[in-house]
Amino acid sequence: MTLTSPAPSQETPPKTARRATRDFASVLRWREIPVTIALIVLVGLTYLANPLFLSQQGVKDLLLNATIVIILAVGQAMVIITRNVDLSIGSILGIVAFSTGTLFVAVPGIPIVLVFLTGMALGALLGAVNGLLVTIAKVPSLVITLGTLYIYRGLNNAWAGGTQYFAGDRPDNFGALSVDTIAGFPLITLIAIVVVVIVAIFMASTRPGRDLYAIGSDPEAAKLFGIPVTRRVLLAFLSNGILAGLAGVLYASRFNSVGATTGTGLEFDIVAAAVVGGVAIFGGSGTVAGAAIGALLLTTITSALTAIRVDKFWQQAIVGLLILAAIIIDRVARIRTQKKLRLSEARDV
Amino acid sequence: MKRFILSYSSMWRHNLVMINSPEMAAERSKTPLLSIRGAAKAFGPVVALADGVVEILPGEIHALVGENGAGKSTLVKILAGLYNLDAGEFLVKGKPVAFRTVADSKAEGISVIYQEPTLFPDLTVAENIFIGRQPKNALGLINRSAMRAQARALFDRLGVRIDPDRIAEGLSIADQQIIEIAKAISLDASVLIMDEPTAALSGIEVERLFQVARALRASGAGILFISHRFDEVFALCDRITVMRDGEYISTHSTESVTVPEIVHEMVGRDIGELFPKVAAKVGDTILNVSKLSRVGVFSDISFEVKAGEIVALAGLVGAGRTEVARAVFGIDTYDQGFVELNGTRLKRNNPQAAIDAGIGFVPEDRRKQGLVMDLSVARNAALTLRNRLSRFGLINGTTERRAAEEWTSRLQVKTASQEYKVSTLSGGNQQKVVLAKWLATEPILLIVDEPTRGIDVGTKSEVHRLLSDLAGRGIAILMISSELPEVLGMADRVLVMHEGRITAQLDRADATAESVMHAATAQLEH
Amino acid sequence: MSNPPTELLGTATNKSGVRASEVPSTGGRTGIARILLSRDTVMIYTLVFFVIYAALFIPRFASPVSTGFLLLDVIPALLIALPMTLVIITGEIDLSVASIAGLTSALMGVLWAAGLDIGAVLLISLLAGVLAGAFNGLLVAVLGLPSLAVTIGTLALFRGLALVVIGDNAVANFPPELTSFFTSKIGGTGIPTVMIGVIVVAIFFGVLLHFTPFGRGLFALGYSKEAATFVGIHVMRSKFWLYVASGSVSALAGIYWTLRYSSARSDNASGLELTVIAAVLLGGVSIFGGKGSIPGAVAGVLLIGTINFTLRLNRISDVVLIIVTGTLLIASVVAPSIFEGISKWRHTRRNRRILPPASALGATRATASGVQERK
Repeated sequence: MTLTSPAPSQETPPKTARRATRDFASVLRWREIPVTIALIVLVGLTYLANPLFLSQQGVKDLLLNATIVIILAVGQAMVIITRNVDLSIGSILGIVAFSTGTLFVAVPGIPIVLVFLTGMALGALLGAVNGLLVTIAKVPSLVITLGTLYIYRGLNNAWAGGTQYFAGDRPDNFGALSVDTIAGFPLITLIAIVVVVIVAIFMASTRPGRDLYAIGSDPEAAKLFGIPVTRRVLLAFLSNGILAGLAGVLYASRFNSVGATTGTGLEFDIVAAAVVGGVAIFGGSGTVAGAAIGALLLTTITSALTAIRVDKFWQQAIVGLLILAAIIIDRVARIRTQKKLRLSEARDV
Repeated sequence: MKRFILSYSSMWRHNLVMINSPEMAAERSKTPLLSIRGAAKAFGPVVALADGVVEILPGEIHALVGENGAGKSTLVKILAGLYNLDAGEFLVKGKPVAFRTVADSKAEGISVIYQEPTLFPDLTVAENIFIGRQPKNALGLINRSAMRAQARALFDRLGVRIDPDRIAEGLSIADQQIIEIAKAISLDASVLIMDEPTAALSGIEVERLFQVARALRASGAGILFISHRFDEVFALCDRITVMRDGEYISTHSTESVTVPEIVHEMVGRDIGELFPKVAAKVGDTILNVSKLSRVGVFSDISFEVKAGEIVALAGLVGAGRTEVARAVFGIDTYDQGFVELNGTRLKRNNPQAAIDAGIGFVPEDRRKQGLVMDLSVARNAALTLRNRLSRFGLINGTTERRAAEEWTSRLQVKTASQEYKVSTLSGGNQQKVVLAKWLATEPILLIVDEPTRGIDVGTKSEVHRLLSDLAGRGIAILMISSELPEVLGMADRVLVMHEGRITAQLDRADATAESVMHAATAQLEH
Repeated sequence: MSNPPTELLGTATNKSGVRASEVPSTGGRTGIARILLSRDTVMIYTLVFFVIYAALFIPRFASPVSTGFLLLDVIPALLIALPMTLVIITGEIDLSVASIAGLTSALMGVLWAAGLDIGAVLLISLLAGVLAGAFNGLLVAVLGLPSLAVTIGTLALFRGLALVVIGDNAVANFPPELTSFFTSKIGGTGIPTVMIGVIVVAIFFGVLLHFTPFGRGLFALGYSKEAATFVGIHVMRSKFWLYVASGSVSALAGIYWTLRYSSARSDNASGLELTVIAAVLLGGVSIFGGKGSIPGAVAGVLLIGTINFTLRLNRISDVVLIIVTGTLLIASVVAPSIFEGISKWRHTRRNRRILPPASALGATRATASGVQERK
């Protein structure tokens, strides 16, 4: 690796060592492998214990349960990758879900597409407020979004009061989104899959997407590099808001009632899904696909435990253990990779 | 000093890379690549730069020197597009420019390589080079294989081998700088600004950097080189510009000027002796390190430091000097051997025990290790005393402040108030606060790791005089330094380390640049 | 309808405004002046002002009954805020506190229902909190895992264990003499008897943080772990014991909650972690670590508690309360960053002849431009 090394030594590190280096580096980038394995093992074991688990209806239920969490986790992943966090998504989802219910009642016969657009626009607005406060006031997002968690929830409460809208208030074809399937996939799950694919391509293969990783990896350096940090972080919060808005509309389709408390307490579940899916809590690494798999894993566990008749009271404790396991596995993998990288570098010099 | 660098570099086989292309050579002309005059920059009422002048010609390595606070960093940040110019004439290749952002500066072919390059640890090497301008495919998406190939081509041109696919985390600082240079080349940079690039490099790495720099010069690029190390400035640069107190002082051709002349212009006065170590009466053994080993880091380290003695640990960066000192002090653990202070064994891996026994440690990284930058001067200076100052487990704030004040005033720390955050002080004054907090514990052994790194010439000689004075009072001093002149000037004895082992013990009389370097590179001689 | 909160916000900013205008003298100020104008002191002024305001203008506020209910309501948050302040000052966080309280409560219910002696029940429940805290400490301090992620995990885990322990049952038949003790008042003052214990705990943490070598170490640690290590601060040990303290105090809060409402349920105190953190941050503790005080944090908790209570007295719904909590939190962190920008700028101007400007310039410029953007 040095200019001055004598000619013969330039060929000394065998090709295998170099390939090994690259493999370790790519393993580090494949942080979603453990969670994928966990998901496969979980589904496999549950299926062996109770074959009904993977019946057509069983799969459909699994996917329906996961859909909204997946969309939220994908949005949250974008934010976490920039070394921020958005705790207000439960409140955003609540407001949008309630506004969707209101819209159908207030404007009878409104096109469903318009409802989606309205919900996403409202989400975008709330997400943008988060983003603006974080970027302009330069206050940690944990604090800001803890504040907006309360404010948005308060606005939702003030607006809804005791009012609740039920599935009967909404057109049948809107509810059908969560019932009808194509090739076994519920329509809303297909929407979620499209979201994951689009965001995944954005994050992996566009310049603004890579900028988000750079910002999370080292915010100061990102500024020095001339990356428009403010705009990019704003973009992440805005996208997260749009996705939370989308999730809010889908929530109104999937669940019977929407009211003042819809989506309360979701925030940590969603952050947990992203972390379990290999998104580093301090930014810079992880993928949205991983976050989506993490969301699927967490929701599947609940169904799996029911399917193998484990006391339902164990579910949350197991989810907690899983989150801790994900953090520890991630750390162990990282330490091992670093050691390998150091050794390979030492060989190289 | 100059002679030393030359003889030392001649030990290496010169293997110059040529990045010379005919077109670039043809571009070499009289028009300066970059020229700035009367540059002024104020922040509110604070004038950081009053009259900055620099001119960089094609195929020139131009040194910019000056004490801390002379305005070098401000000037660099203006050139980098981080700051906007308040007044002054700024020409790039003869045409006037006004940078608003870093991107503007880059677009004009200016690239800055900072002392500690700022790579993104989670991204790959290739992505670090091309971030924000990754090659795209027909669909407008990033083309990773093209990016990898381009990165590899750049490294080939520089004659280095770094895997473009590995993540940047864990790369040495030297490799990180090479990646920055590769990036600059990929940007077709005609002006490369290196802001103290060698501060954290070992001799061999410095030499590799110099070779890359010379190759760039040969290809017609201009380089602005900022350094506190005169040996490097004189070994590498064609011209030297001196700044003081935000103002331009002079520009010299390197051949026509000497180190004392430059120093005089920098400080505006003569510095008597650079290395004023006076012989002190050597007393009993204070520190006894015996067969200390840590797998993979250092092995079989044995030495003594006596009262009144300054013992230097010399060697290349990465030889294990700092690691030994950290183990002695208890920051890190060790596998075998023992450390005795005044005949009593120290607990391993317990800095508090070391402090209680009478060791002080001035670490190499002042900002991260030596000081809590956001705490006040007083709190920092009293931090080592917190256990001693407490009565029945409680600390009295007044006593604490008084204790802090005593030592900061003895060392003449320049601050308007003890309550200021220590981050508002200059580098030299910060180092004095670090020294003050350790002297306040009345140590019998003081370990100093790179005690004068990155501080200005004036304070540097103050620190040297202080160390000499402390030794005179019977304190044992273990000094780690990468600056050979400092080692040779200050030390009573020199221990040279190479690859985790002590390869030579030299008395003051036997320690020369040649003998130290020989021991420091022992292994590579074969 | 939201007259009182608007008043309050007005005062908060005004107070800070006063402070900002005096900031240029920061450096030269004596210790006492500095304390009188620091951010946590401003929170205390705000609290005092609000209490006076409420006593004068809100009917039924200034009465022993009100005081009693207000304090009884605020005690769990107040207790947990104390160790939380220390944890946040070291740059970490503990989101599992409310779950530990819930677990303690569930455990109490089951043990009591199983016929254990009440003394043993209390002891075992407290021990559970200590162990839960030690578990957090093991993961965060010893293994060095990120506390935000870890305590999201243990938030789920401990709440899950509470469910495992007690399911969806509730145990209510605790000894009446004990439950009535927990709601009893000192004479006619309206101050709950338990408050004495709370004050003892508060003084313990206050002295620990502000007057001991350990506390000095925590501040240093919060700013720079590495620099703290070099002056002999045991980083791992300090953090570990803080999490143990946090678990123990959360268990106390859980015990209190159970006996105060005479009900042991798995979902007791759920969501309390966010209230506590919001209050602590409002009280001037920096989420970055290194900055904050126990009096400030206590003032933050009491302020939110008092506003809550007055709003309820005025029959204003909880809706407004949570909006006020959120707005206060954001205002309290956004406002200082503006004032800090101004004060730094003046500070630099004042001292440009004393201090070489180079090192501080980057920061000054950043904040100064931040201010311009805000204005």
